[in-house]
Amino acid sequence: MTLKTNKSKLEEQIEENLKRVYQERVIEPVPDKFLDLIRQLKEQATQDAK
Amino acid sequence: MPNRVPSSDPRDEIIEHLPAMRAFALSLTRNATRADDLVQDAIVKAWKGFDSFKPGTNLRAWLFTILRNTFYSERRKAKREVADVDGAFSSKLASKPDHDGRLALKDFHAAFEMLPDEQREALVLVGASGFSYEEAAEACGVAIGTIKSRVNRGRKRLIELLELVEDEALELTDSATMSVISQGANQVIAR
Repeated sequence: MTLKTNKSKLEEQIEENLKRVYQERVIEPVPDKFLDLIRQLKEQATQDAK
Repeated sequence: MPNRVPSSDPRDEIIEHLPAMRAFALSLTRNATRADDLVQDAIVKAWKGFDSFKPGTNLRAWLFTILRNTFYSERRKAKREVADVDGAFSSKLASKPDHDGRLALKDFHAAFEMLPDEQREALVLVGASGFSYEEAAEACGVAIGTIKSRVNRGRKRLIELLELVEDEALELTDSATMSVISQGANQVIAR
């Protein structure tokens, strides 16, 4: 019984840690290089359309 | 600012998913530099292949599919060992204070990185980024049951790995301390 409680507690903590590791990255500001890339792709598309 | 670009491009929505894409990429590559390279490749593919996205369906799942396909095909091409963790990410995490009753993040991270790719991605999709089993299955191109079993196996494996860490810590203490500790062992989480 104790083992069971322990296990689900561990599972909870796993979930919590997963979210922490993941969130840490998600809340980081996106570096400009990605937005620059998208801007480039857009310009390319506009040129191709002409 | 460059010349005016149409602001109503549906592809602009990709931008909203960049943080999630970076997080997912990092969990796949386990290396910050390679993660960002992967995201850039995926953006280009998504942008150019946007016609194959069905409006009204889950854009994030679609982007994640591209991301992971890019990851696996590049890795097949490279045929190199994947365990080249640069340590920068881990050490950054390790410097965060641990809270009482929580798994040490450093241990957790180390254990997580030992999981097979498919279990890591399943755990990240379902456990961290809030995908339903169905969405995760779609993103990985497998059956829902497969995702469920990967999540379960990954979770079990993590528990095993983390308990291993705990056992090792206990081995280092003398037997008198051991008997005291073992009474409260269930509350003790590996540090």
